[in-house]
Formats: sequence, C-alpha cells, structure tokens
Amino acid sequence: MDAARERIRFQNVSMQFPTAGGPLDVVSDMSFTVGQGEFVALVGPSGCGKTTLMNMAAGFVKPTSGRVTLDGKEITGPGPDRGVMFQEYGVFPWLTVEQNIAFGLELKASKVSPGERGAIVERYLKLMGLNDFRKAYPKKLSGGMRQRLALARAYAVHPEFVLMDEPFGALDAQTRSAMHDLLLEILHAEGKTVMLITHSVEEAVYLASKVLVISARPSRIREVIDIPFPYPRQRALQETPEFNALRARIHGSVMLEYAAQEAQARSRAQG
Amino acid sequence: MAKGNRRGGMFSDFGWALLPFVFLLSFWVLLRESGLINPTLLPSPLSVFKVFWTNLTQGELLANIRMSVQRVVLGLLLGMLVAVPVGFLVGWYKPVRRFVDPLINFFRALPPIALIPLVIVYLGIGEVAKIAILFYASFFAAVIVMYEGMTQISPVYIRVARTLGATDFEIFTKVMLPMTVPHMLTALRVALGVAWATLVASELVAAQQGLGAMIQNASAFFDLGTIYLGIICIGALALGMDLLLRRISKRLVAWQDKVEG
Repeated sequence: MDAARERIRFQNVSMQFPTAGGPLDVVSDMSFTVGQGEFVALVGPSGCGKTTLMNMAAGFVKPTSGRVTLDGKEITGPGPDRGVMFQEYGVFPWLTVEQNIAFGLELKASKVSPGERGAIVERYLKLMGLNDFRKAYPKKLSGGMRQRLALARAYAVHPEFVLMDEPFGALDAQTRSAMHDLLLEILHAEGKTVMLITHSVEEAVYLASKVLVISARPSRIREVIDIPFPYPRQRALQETPEFNALRARIHGSVMLEYAAQEAQARSRAQG
Repeated sequence: MAKGNRRGGMFSDFGWALLPFVFLLSFWVLLRESGLINPTLLPSPLSVFKVFWTNLTQGELLANIRMSVQRVVLGLLLGMLVAVPVGFLVGWYKPVRRFVDPLINFFRALPPIALIPLVIVYLGIGEVAKIAILFYASFFAAVIVMYEGMTQISPVYIRVARTLGATDFEIFTKVMLPMTVPHMLTALRVALGVAWATLVASELVAAQQGLGAMIQNASAFFDLGTIYLGIICIGALALGMDLLLRRISKRLVAWQDKVEG
C-alpha cells in the first residue's frame, strides 16, 4: 500500500475566486498524491474548498496556479476514466432505473460492445438491489436507492477512479451505514482508486486507506493519516479501541480547523 | 387500488370539466328568467341551441369550424417551430438572453389587433395575413415559456453526462432535449390558448369563413344567437384541444415529479 503507484497528483495547487471584496483564496499551495488502489478521504470544515479539489480532479475547473495530473498528464476535462458521484445524485429523472445505468454504456465514448451492455446492467441492478425497480422512474425511488443508482451508473462504465463529493450526506444514518458496506464490498470486488470528500470523520476512517485533514480556508493539508486497517473491513471494526483512538485523534484535528473557520467567519462579519 | 384510482380519475376528469358548465348554464337560464335583463339582449340557451342546429345542418358551421381550426393549428405549429429553437438559444446563452429579452417583452405586449393594419399593408388580406397574426401571438407566448423553463434546468445532469464521456452532441440529444420536453408541452398549451384568443382578431382581416368571421357577420345583423354560438364554439374547441394536449403530456412526461391528480 505504501509503494502504491502514483496516479493523481496535486502539485502546488492554488485556487482563487474573484469576489466583490477582491480575490478569495480557496486553495493555497496544496500538494498530495492518490496512488493506484488507494482510498483517499479529504475531511475538513465545510466551505473550505474540498469540492473545488474534487472538481479539479474531475476536470470541471483548472487551478489558478499549480498542476493536477493523471499519470503525469495534466487533467483538462472530465472523462469516463473518472467516475463522479455528486452531492445531488444527478440521477436522470426522464430515464428508468435500467436506462440510467445503461446511459454511459450507450455513448460513443463507451468501449463496451452492445452485446455486453445487457449483462453489465443486469449485474449492477442485482448488486445495488434495484432489480425490482428496473422499469421505475427515479421519482419512485428513496434517497438511498437514488444514491445506489448513481453509484451503479458511475460504475457501469468501469472508471479507474471514483471521485465522491459528500455522496452520503443526505442519507439517514441507517441507509448511510448500509451504503458504506455496499461500497466496501464493491471496492473489494472491483478494486478502484477513490477520492472521497466528506465531513464525517467516522466515515473517512471506516472507508479510507489514507485521510487528509484539510485546513480552514484557504485549504492546506493539515495532516496526513494512514489508516492501517486491512480490507475487507467489517462493521465490527467501528467498535474496536484502535478505530476509536484514530477517530478521536482525527476528530480533534478537524475540530481545530472548525474553530479556525468560525473565527474567520466572525472577523469577516465584523469587518 | 392504483388501477381503480386511475379509472375513477379518467371519469372524473371529464366529469369535473363538465360540472362548472352545468352551473354556468343554470346561471344563464336563471338570469334570463329573472327578468333582470331585457330578453332581446340575452338569447335563451335553447334558442342558441336551435341556431346551432340550423347552422350545423343547413348552414356553414362545420366549414367555419374547419377553417378556424386550420388557421389556429397552422399558426400554432409555425409559432412552435420557431419558438423551440429560439427558446433553446435564448435559454442557453446568457448574452443572447440579455440582448433578446427586452425585445421579446416589447413585442409580446403588443395586442395583435394593433398589428392588423400593418399586416394588411405588408401581407395583404389573404390567408397568409391571418396565419401571420396567429403565428405572432403563439410564437411570443411559446418562446417565453421555453426559455424561462430552460433556465430552470439543473446543470448537474450535464456534468454527470460529461463524466460518463458524453460529447457535446450527445449532451444535446440525450440530456438537453429530454429535459426540455415538459417545457415544450407547456409552451404548446399556453400558445394554443393564446392562438384561440387571437382567432377573432386574425379573422378581422377580410375573412369570409371561420368562427371569427361568423361572429363579425352576425354582429352586423345584431344576431345575438349566432354571436353566442361562435363564442361557445371557440371556447369548446380550445378546451377540447387543451384536454387532448394534457392527456398527451401525461403520457410523454410520465417521469415528471408531479403529484398525481
């Protein structure tokens, strides 16, 4: 795991947004890498620019300075090699469940032959527990099911990377927990390189192999913590003292940044 | 349960559409019987029905209806044909919207009747002139619904499609088009109403036939029964076509997040 081949690299990345009160530094001189097969979680206070980092990896925005590279080549736009899970799942409401899953497979960019499509759709319908809803439109689905559908659609095109931006934020605790285990199961079976943005420390420690604690704005890396628990992980892991010690440590680190963020907001409100 | 509901829904759709007219009819009868209005100024429903019957069997009612429906449908289709691409363009490109929005709101507010002299000057008094007025009215009604709808489309779907590898063309055909279908249907319904409302104005342009022409001819002879007949026919045709469109919409956009009812 330590010697993982480097895939995505953030190299001295900075990001500024123009605002009415002058340019706002959102990300400041950030460098880190995501290695082959790694599961990297970014945790930090909300509004600290985590989503911006994911948008860079996805190819939706370019940094103001610095480089984001994939296998050494600069990322210039989105592509099917990097599957993205958005906060708002973005399930297409005008397509049925199975049509949603097949969407990426029917594009010109798809490398899948028409004969294989059906089998892939079947596989993910079963895997995500959506078989009974295959002909249903998304309006009939619960939040957890939409989430699973979005995951199925992203996975169906076989991306090498999965980029997730707070994908479980809108789910209730039970559904979220079930999604965590489903995700671990699929990752175990298919082996993907993952970048996860979250504000839940527990989620980060349970899922990731490496956790980056991001500072208050402008984003810097405050701490990098390797999570030593081997995969596949079981729910029981969350009850162990090792898990809780690690969680408490990272939580403390994140809370300091929350406090800093609060102080920033206060001084802005006064200024 | 669901099946029973739908069946009941279909029956009551028609029933609910009919009910207010039963009230309207009774009000009409009561008003006439009450003596509040001079009976020569308000024909009874029965006498209007007699006018309807003679017009239907001996007169030109069917020919008039056919003519008017033809004009409305033609004006409406032409209006939609232009409104849909223009709505796309205006809704999609912000600079275009900024430029075109004031123009559209300027022209949209002009009453079609005010344009009749100009239409006659430029297009004469033939069929083209009448359809041009209907085209004008339905285009401006439809285009505004189209582009207002377009601006409400969430960009997340386009982002998702891009991450799955969609090209610009695929994003247009597989994401933008299906997302705008509901707005097209709404635009069509709004424009249909506006087109019928403009029919009489368009038939002011030297029309020999059509419901609007029928009303105008009748007014020259103070033939109130025929005037009422023409008005009722226009209303009934507009209502019927709207119900039909609504049924088609329901089927086409079954995916939409609407409470059934």
